[in-house]
Amino acid sequence: MSLTTRVAPPRHLPGRVLHAEWTKFRTVAGPSWLLAGVVALTVAIGVAAVSAARCKYAACGMDPAKVSFTGLYPGQAVVAVAGVLAIGNEYSTGMIKVSLTAMPRRLAWFLAKAAVLTATVLIAAALAVAGAALAGRLILPGHGFTAAHGYASLTSATDIRAAVGAVVYLTLIALLSLGLAAAVRDSAAAIGLVLSALYLFPIAAALVSRPALARHLDQIGPLPAGLDAQATIGMNSLPLTPWQGLGVVAVWTLGALLLGALRLTYRDA
Amino acid sequence: MTCAGAPYRSPLTPERGSFRHLVHAEWTKFRTVRGWVVAVFVTIVAITAFVFVAIGVGRSCIGPSGPSACPVQPTGPGGVPVVDTFYFAHRPVTGSGTITVQMTSLTGQTLAGPNKLAPGGLQPWSKAGIIIKENTTQGSAYAAMMVTGSHGVRMQWDYVNDTPGLTGPVSPSAPRWLRLVRHGSTITGYDSADGTHWTLVGTATLPALTSTVQAGLFAAGSSYDSSFDIQATGVFRHIGLSWPVTGWTGTNVGGENFGVPLPGTLRQTAGALAVASFGDISPAVGNAYGGTGQSLQRALAGTFFGLIPLIVVAAMFITAEYRRGLIRVSLTAAPRRGWLLAAKALVIGALGFVTGVVAATLALAVGTPLLDRSGGLQWPVSLLTAARMVVGTGALLAVAGVLALAIGAIVRRSAMAIAIVIVVIVVPYLLAFNPIPGSQPQGSGPGGPGGWELQITPAAALSVQQAVPQFHQLIAIYALNAGYYPLAPWAGLAVECAWAAAALALAFFLLRRRDV
Repeated sequence: MSLTTRVAPPRHLPGRVLHAEWTKFRTVAGPSWLLAGVVALTVAIGVAAVSAARCKYAACGMDPAKVSFTGLYPGQAVVAVAGVLAIGNEYSTGMIKVSLTAMPRRLAWFLAKAAVLTATVLIAAALAVAGAALAGRLILPGHGFTAAHGYASLTSATDIRAAVGAVVYLTLIALLSLGLAAAVRDSAAAIGLVLSALYLFPIAAALVSRPALARHLDQIGPLPAGLDAQATIGMNSLPLTPWQGLGVVAVWTLGALLLGALRLTYRDA
Repeated sequence: MTCAGAPYRSPLTPERGSFRHLVHAEWTKFRTVRGWVVAVFVTIVAITAFVFVAIGVGRSCIGPSGPSACPVQPTGPGGVPVVDTFYFAHRPVTGSGTITVQMTSLTGQTLAGPNKLAPGGLQPWSKAGIIIKENTTQGSAYAAMMVTGSHGVRMQWDYVNDTPGLTGPVSPSAPRWLRLVRHGSTITGYDSADGTHWTLVGTATLPALTSTVQAGLFAAGSSYDSSFDIQATGVFRHIGLSWPVTGWTGTNVGGENFGVPLPGTLRQTAGALAVASFGDISPAVGNAYGGTGQSLQRALAGTFFGLIPLIVVAAMFITAEYRRGLIRVSLTAAPRRGWLLAAKALVIGALGFVTGVVAATLALAVGTPLLDRSGGLQWPVSLLTAARMVVGTGALLAVAGVLALAIGAIVRRSAMAIAIVIVVIVVPYLLAFNPIPGSQPQGSGPGGPGGWELQITPAAALSVQQAVPQFHQLIAIYALNAGYYPLAPWAGLAVECAWAAAALALAFFLLRRRDV
């Protein structure tokens, strides 16, 4: 009689991992509140912004989509918090040890986490952007954004592209935060890094003395690149085309996810 | 078993000076965490290093045919960049004396095509009057009495000084008498509505004046941007000088072709002289007359880069205690919870202040020679202003640290606390650069000094770094990217302090109310 019994390892079906992560997400109050916060903040500030905006003459140079999406400036910080905490809370509570014991294939676990985050942020971002865009659609025409001033329609293909760009942007930011949090394993440091990456590029671009350098900073920073994807006017003077802008954000996100995956795979938890 | 009776109180009385020990304990907690000390150094390095990016070395100007040599900007007394381009009908005068005129009219003419003028276009600060000036080179010392488009009689001297006299517009039925009295290096201005009853307007001390100076009549259109497209014409009567009389010499100060569309003129009409001229006599700030806003303030542009690591550390100073459960030990050792919070605030505030002062001093020390070498127009910064910028940056970081600590004590979670503080300090500044048109008072926004975002949020404190003054007598766009903020330096800092105080009060209340 052998003292060792070989137990067949459980098969880690992707569906089960996803289900486990989904259960974690929905049974903790924090993430849902954060995503509700994204919607509330983005829509509230969007409503305030479109209520204040006035286009008094033709070619007044205002981008209705950018005005509607003003709430994304603070809103993306909440998305970043949600992304950071998705991993950060595992480390800060010690849950990571349980998670990785139950699911030793770390990469699969990481991907499942990213998938749950993507799905939930996508929904929240879609609600937030739809709310802000709807506020703009209802309020802006009464504030001078009329056909006479060069705004033929606020629901053209360009406007829909801007809204889709904003949703994709927020989702990419959540994944960027997830990747960085996995790489640095500390919520505080991770949120500091993410918000630095988001906010410091446009500030630096506004403050540097050389216009060429400012343009480059606007091209490589995730926030200004993401704003290019939300633009609906002045497309010719943008530092990047909308899809190039989203591409830059995607490169940042992929880089962060790669860093996170490497750290997760090759270091002790 | 019942729970009646007074709660247990320790018979031990707190030690004298226990707060000192508490502060010492908190300081020990801080300095023994390596990551936090590193973050403080990152703050200093980030602020200092950004100087090299914020201040461009070398300057180029765009001329009609591509990049060209930058025009030399004249500087006035004290090294102040000025615009000094006007028509000056003058005669040399020696020693003390008086010049008196009666002015009956000030009108404006707009440039309507090459060498063509149309009436109208008088600007609020279009000016004409009498002036005593060191010589006819640009930037030399002067004092002048003048009538203006819509600001009545003014006395102005040495480009930056302005003091009001009689109000109301000048006209033949309401003439204005102006008088300048020179006595050594002191020039006194008087005005009068009837030529007999004189009122003192102002006294200027101009140490640069030599014995022989130029006195006479002038006009300047003051079109508040670089285009000089407004001409002002002043009509002078009853011109009286106490000095021996010779003829008038007409000089276009700054040269006939220096930026002005047409040279100024002196015309003799029945019993009167009319002086007409484009140009202006004023400081060069804001967007006016090529004022670029390149000032020592740019050396502090990296403040945001230092703020973020400091905010992270300040918030963690309390949230890490919650995460690790250390808060229970801390509160057992210091049961008076308010004092614990006060000790933490003191440590993080002092640390932020020292960090800010060191970083700002380094940044200014590095930035000053860089700015000198960049060759651009530069507003001189007095030692007092530089001291205010350094101490203000220290206070800005200290209060930001206390705010982050307080928010950390309120929400108890690192990520949330850090995100909140960064959003309330950084996002308003970003929004001020990308404002929503129509939501701002006139003249603010990207072309203005920032609107409510920089008045009611903690980001208002950035105004403490403003180095370039704003002049009420110069209509210009005092823009955020030229270094102007909507609030006065200390008022902006006070706004940030109010936020920190409110957050600290809430943190104090919650720390006492809640279980740990």
